[in-house]
Amino acid sequence: MKKIDFSKYTVFIAFIILFITLSFLSKDFLTKDNLLLVLRQISINGLIAAGMTYVILTGGIDLSVGAILGFSSMSTVLILNSGIPTILAIILGLLVGTCLGVLNGIFIAKAKLQPFIVTLATVSIIKGLTLVISHSMPVSVLSSHLDYLHIGQGFVLGIPIPVIILVLVFIIFWFILMYLPFGKKVYSIGGNEEVARLSGIKTDQTKIIIYGLIGLTSALAGIILSSRLGSASPMAGNGYELDAIAAVVIGGTTLSGGKGSIVATFIGVLIIGILSNGLNLLGIPSDYQNIVKGAVILFAVLIDQLKKE
Amino acid sequence: MKKKIITLCLGLFLIVGLSGCGGNESKESEGKVGFSISTLNNPFFVSMKDAADAKAKEVNLTLEVLDAKDDAAKQVSDIEALINKDIKVLLVNPVDSKAIAPSIKAAQAKGIKVITLDRTAEGVSVDTHIASDNVAGGKMAAEYMVSKLKANDKVIELQGIPGASAAIDRGQGFDDAVKGKLDIVAKQTANFDRAQGLSVMENLAQANPGFKGVFAQNDEMIMGALQAISDKEVITVGFDGTDDALQAIKDGKLDATVIQQPDKIGALGMENAAKLIKGEAIEKTIPVDLVLVTSENVADFLK
Repeated sequence: MKKIDFSKYTVFIAFIILFITLSFLSKDFLTKDNLLLVLRQISINGLIAAGMTYVILTGGIDLSVGAILGFSSMSTVLILNSGIPTILAIILGLLVGTCLGVLNGIFIAKAKLQPFIVTLATVSIIKGLTLVISHSMPVSVLSSHLDYLHIGQGFVLGIPIPVIILVLVFIIFWFILMYLPFGKKVYSIGGNEEVARLSGIKTDQTKIIIYGLIGLTSALAGIILSSRLGSASPMAGNGYELDAIAAVVIGGTTLSGGKGSIVATFIGVLIIGILSNGLNLLGIPSDYQNIVKGAVILFAVLIDQLKKE
Repeated sequence: MKKKIITLCLGLFLIVGLSGCGGNESKESEGKVGFSISTLNNPFFVSMKDAADAKAKEVNLTLEVLDAKDDAAKQVSDIEALINKDIKVLLVNPVDSKAIAPSIKAAQAKGIKVITLDRTAEGVSVDTHIASDNVAGGKMAAEYMVSKLKANDKVIELQGIPGASAAIDRGQGFDDAVKGKLDIVAKQTANFDRAQGLSVMENLAQANPGFKGVFAQNDEMIMGALQAISDKEVITVGFDGTDDALQAIKDGKLDATVIQQPDKIGALGMENAAKLIKGEAIEKTIPVDLVLVTSENVADFLK
């Protein structure tokens, strides 16, 4: 127990150091407007990373989240534009994402295939499907459905709606993980799946639900993105899996499963978010940005490892 | 339970599939042309392919298109497959200008005529190259912006994928033409992506208050950036002339874009393929005009 708490602590320190450094380097960083902006920007990666934490805690991985995001946002906008009420289109879009996740889960749990391979294959299938249904063209939300844009662009009490959704999802995911029996199942599968099975946990069912959940949060992220942009792009979500996995790993969750925390994932998401924002504010030339991002990720993980030892 | 879930899933996909499906048709012809295209995951190249398809019917040729999915290695095997299908002309839109040369030589060794579209092939001579000049396009965008703004006004440039030829050329054309006239206060990449266009623009707007103009090296990025620009006075210019961008110009949200006319590139490709098959002589390079689209002429380009 002590070890887990300790690693949570280090990622928090890394975040504080980065935050203070950026505040000193750029006068535009520490303003209310800029910080709200960062929170809204991280909502997409944050939602995916919440689901990814569960998946990685069980020792799995999901490479298809970006593809699911793209397909769900595209199908939601197409369904919406075909004249179906906004709420119904959103529910259908969320169901589409959840189903894709469940299908991943069935292949992984029932057919006992490696999550890496299954989701690598489904990335290709789902991206292809997105191109087919969109004819490879971006699709704009029709002006008859402008209420849809409220999800990504609206505010409640001065707080962007995507931020509220993000925080709610993290609270729910944190509560489940800490206090509900399902959370214990997630940890025990990651600790030792065979022992978990022998102790009476329905491991297959739990895994299918977990992949369904990440499908759901990816679809939610896709809906927010398309609402924010007023359109769905056939290329949306490309490479998003890497940012989500990076956030979880920076948060100290081990890729072999069993150890980690969702609060730390949130900090990981924040680190990636303020880094992208800070690099823009500082005007770092584009060619150097990838190097800085990679180096910070490596550094954060390294600190975590050194502290553990 | 499981069956129900699967049935539900399949049902859902059917709904989604039906809301966006089309059909195919085929016809007899007098010659076969192969078209290896860099990617169909981008509206620009889809228009190029669609126009080539339409022109193929007009000139009564069969066109076989293979999508290299932006993978230079896949393009090599695609072209091998096309060579084996007894094509008379090969249209190539290279993923990588350098890596494509051996494939083109292999086709030419079999007596196949080769036309490059949009991107050149280095180290090999082809029958003709059809493209528009991205440097000239960047310059057009710059001249428009200079004409709309005061001297030394602050402008922001959203760059494409670092290292991509379109990003380099458009950037060079723009930067050279605004030098000494406007002040580029920030140049950052948004990787030709709409979502990144939005977030990078949001960030840059924080750091550079008082900017008067934004040039994005493609329309996807400027469409994202528009969501982050609240000041109606800011002059916004994109590049490519996608349907969304043209609509935005019509609606008064976007000021201008530089149109590349990929459909013209595709159609000219087929037209010249037909000429080569008939044994007619064609030009070594065929330039395709770029056009600056503003609210004044947008009606001519909206479909």
